[in-house]
Amino acid sequence: MKLLEIQNLEIQFPSRKSTLTAVDNVSLSVDRGDILGIVGESGAGKSTVGNALIGLLEPPGIMTNGKIYLEDQRIDDLPESEKQKIRGKKIGMIFQDPLTSLNPLQTIETQLVETIDLHLQIGEEKARQRAMELLGQVGIPDPEIRVKQYPHQFSGGMRQRVVVALALCAEPTLIIADEPTTALDVSIQAQILDLMRVLCKQKNVGMIIITHDMGVIADITDRVAVMYHGNLVEHGHTAKILGDPDHPYTQSLISAVPRPDVKLVRFPQVTYIEDIETKKEDIDISSHWLGQGQNFKSADGPLIKLNNITMRFTTKPAILKKNRIYLDAVKNVSLDIKEGEVFGLVGESGSGKSTLARIICGLYSPLLGEVIFSDTNLTALKRQEELDPFRRQMQMIFQDPFSSLNPRMRVHDIVAEPIWFHKLASSKSEASDIIIDLLEHVGLGSQAATKYPHEFSGGQRQRISIARALATRPRFLICDEPTSALDVSIQAQILNLLKDLQAELGLTILFISHDLPVIRQMCDRVGVMKDGELCELNETELLFDNPQHDYTKHLLDLMPRLDGLSLEGLELSSDN
Amino acid sequence: MFTFILKRLLQSVVVMLTVALIAFSLFRYVGDPINNMVGQDTSLEERAELRERLGLNDPFFLQFYRFAADASVGEFGFSYQHRRPVKELIAERLPATLELALVSAILALAIGIPMGVYTALRRNGFLSRTFMTISLIGVSLPTFLIGILLILLFGVILRWLPTFGRGDIIEIGWWSTGFLTASGLKSLIMPSITLALFQMTLIMRLVRAEMLEVLRADFVKFARARGLPTRSVHFRHALKNTLVPVITITGLQLGSIIAFAIITESVFQWPGMGLLFIQAIGEVDIPVMAAYLVLIAFFFVVINMVVDILYFVVDPRLRIDKALANGQ
Repeated sequence: MKLLEIQNLEIQFPSRKSTLTAVDNVSLSVDRGDILGIVGESGAGKSTVGNALIGLLEPPGIMTNGKIYLEDQRIDDLPESEKQKIRGKKIGMIFQDPLTSLNPLQTIETQLVETIDLHLQIGEEKARQRAMELLGQVGIPDPEIRVKQYPHQFSGGMRQRVVVALALCAEPTLIIADEPTTALDVSIQAQILDLMRVLCKQKNVGMIIITHDMGVIADITDRVAVMYHGNLVEHGHTAKILGDPDHPYTQSLISAVPRPDVKLVRFPQVTYIEDIETKKEDIDISSHWLGQGQNFKSADGPLIKLNNITMRFTTKPAILKKNRIYLDAVKNVSLDIKEGEVFGLVGESGSGKSTLARIICGLYSPLLGEVIFSDTNLTALKRQEELDPFRRQMQMIFQDPFSSLNPRMRVHDIVAEPIWFHKLASSKSEASDIIIDLLEHVGLGSQAATKYPHEFSGGQRQRISIARALATRPRFLICDEPTSALDVSIQAQILNLLKDLQAELGLTILFISHDLPVIRQMCDRVGVMKDGELCELNETELLFDNPQHDYTKHLLDLMPRLDGLSLEGLELSSDN
Repeated sequence: MFTFILKRLLQSVVVMLTVALIAFSLFRYVGDPINNMVGQDTSLEERAELRERLGLNDPFFLQFYRFAADASVGEFGFSYQHRRPVKELIAERLPATLELALVSAILALAIGIPMGVYTALRRNGFLSRTFMTISLIGVSLPTFLIGILLILLFGVILRWLPTFGRGDIIEIGWWSTGFLTASGLKSLIMPSITLALFQMTLIMRLVRAEMLEVLRADFVKFARARGLPTRSVHFRHALKNTLVPVITITGLQLGSIIAFAIITESVFQWPGMGLLFIQAIGEVDIPVMAAYLVLIAFFFVVINMVVDILYFVVDPRLRIDKALANGQ
């Protein structure tokens, strides 16, 4: 007997103009003690499958075809009141963001007890007892004290443990986890996945993990189903799918995943994804606009030199100095970035890597230390006019492509703004030529100029951000997690684009990421940050093959292995 | 929390002093106080003597200090028009206004919140659309028109309710209440509905908007996915999370109900402070105007203090700052 059986599931979202089929003829099954992964990129319909299983499709979504059986009982056609009894009791659900999954106004205890008592009806006293036990099981220390606390008093990882405890309340037979670790740091992710695997095997429950992350799939699942545009394209044992995928979509998806084990020259061309205009011929830097006005004084030493940077934030202001509480986000960091190299900064959230980037480009002024750019001490420059020429030479690309572009400006104006500000074009028509040329180089095509940002996908928007950054003819780019909000196939494209531009224009890049495989693919040298300190700095390949610092070793250990990927047809970087 | 309240108290004192300054400047710059007090046949010498005796020739700051010190114990001098201490006048009129404001506020909350929740849950229901339409009328019709229409219908045509005044009142100490007599209660109905209508629609629309926002939140989805019954999801989890903005607006609105009951009180000839104030303006009765100004500012300050403290009660996330500061 299968624990869960999905037959020919079809889900549609009718709208006024047309009907979108979000899930098309999907059949899957899960056994007890079995972990099934559903993987796919955004819009693949994987979360919709999860929501359909517990009968909580977002309106106006409706199940138009198919059957769902749980322990041989058909559940999709039950009345709402019966479905409510299945939710939580038979099927537990875990959502992506632990920061928003819990009611902020109730203690953990109230939320646990309410759910336990509802399903098991064992009275409040016993429910409280069980709440404590559950918290112990999911690895929360001092459950007697913690249970009385509110969600905001827990860290992200701890909150996700509470969410797991809530999902386990009534001993469900099936757990559906929708992107359970996407919002968490790698070390926390490893702990949560570990916990989920142990609980699944221990309690002999079935588990469905919905994710876009191949690392998670490789780490925890027994079987995997690959979805693409609502269709189930491939389905089988995890090792088989990862090592020897049959379907071309799976192949291109897997090839787009940054490899942790070897450095490639560039990502293999990913077919099967959104159309991007093929790039024009390579830029010849000596004759092209982007090369003009590059008569920067070349630095004698490194392009960027950070000397003992310390950044302090006041977390609790007070009138008396002794009552103030400070947070040192960056502690005494010194490093050099050479002209023409890609320097990586890696670390978990709160390690101070973004703060450091903001100090370099002048958004923050540090408490101590100096930023030396091309032999000029930027921290000593106070006047705006003195700083502007240096600002022009360094540009930033931000993480979130949705909030980093002004939604009320056309793409043309977005890219034109830095050109006008730094007075880099003498006439309107010259500026327009430059803008169209830039947009073509980042793979968007000239007609993109007249559109607004909302008409583009995340990856395309990130291309607009890159075009905007290039518009000042910079020599130094700061990329702060440029691809962490994107799907892997889009990520591969954007990273390829950055690699190409870097090679053609001889850019120096500071590349910030929490994702070690991405760092390995992109960077020449890497600095590892933890709690505001720089704990290791080395050539990328040396660092990955022979880490010195304990924290680096720890991070590398947590990196998903993705063993068994083939190297066939890939061009290895000569660094290896 | 303690430092927070202390800080708020200090701010309140600054607000009250500023308002007192404005009220005080009324005396000096709106007409001549001596002219307002004495008859036409008073000689210039007598006027000068009176001026000296009342301390009107003293330096500005000394006069302001005297005014503020007196005001802080509720002493605003004599009304020019009524020839009685302003303190007495206010004490007489205050209960009427406060009772009216209280009933209106309770009405607005008791009807506005459930209507807001209902329209959020049944977004496309017939009843919801009806509520929304009515609320639009409630927001857009001016108060005096609603009052007059109510009087026309229930007072003149149907003759069910009295059209003016407070009805019979009972004195409890210095407080006069209309709650304890049938005619008092009857008289309250129309003015309180008139005054409550605008606030009610505002609260309803606010609760609806907040509720729609919260219902989209992950924790509501997660609560549903745990199989919690709909009622618990809506009322225990969702509604409580909408309360912080609702408290803010309600607090501000309660202040304005008290302050701007003027129109309603005029329409229904309600013997409250608003009516007193309107008459005072007509008669250039500066002590009454000054007292009213200071008193209303005082109400606003107190209500805002209470609102700030309520935040702490409702939202545990604000309480944590203290624990963090203690090094937890």
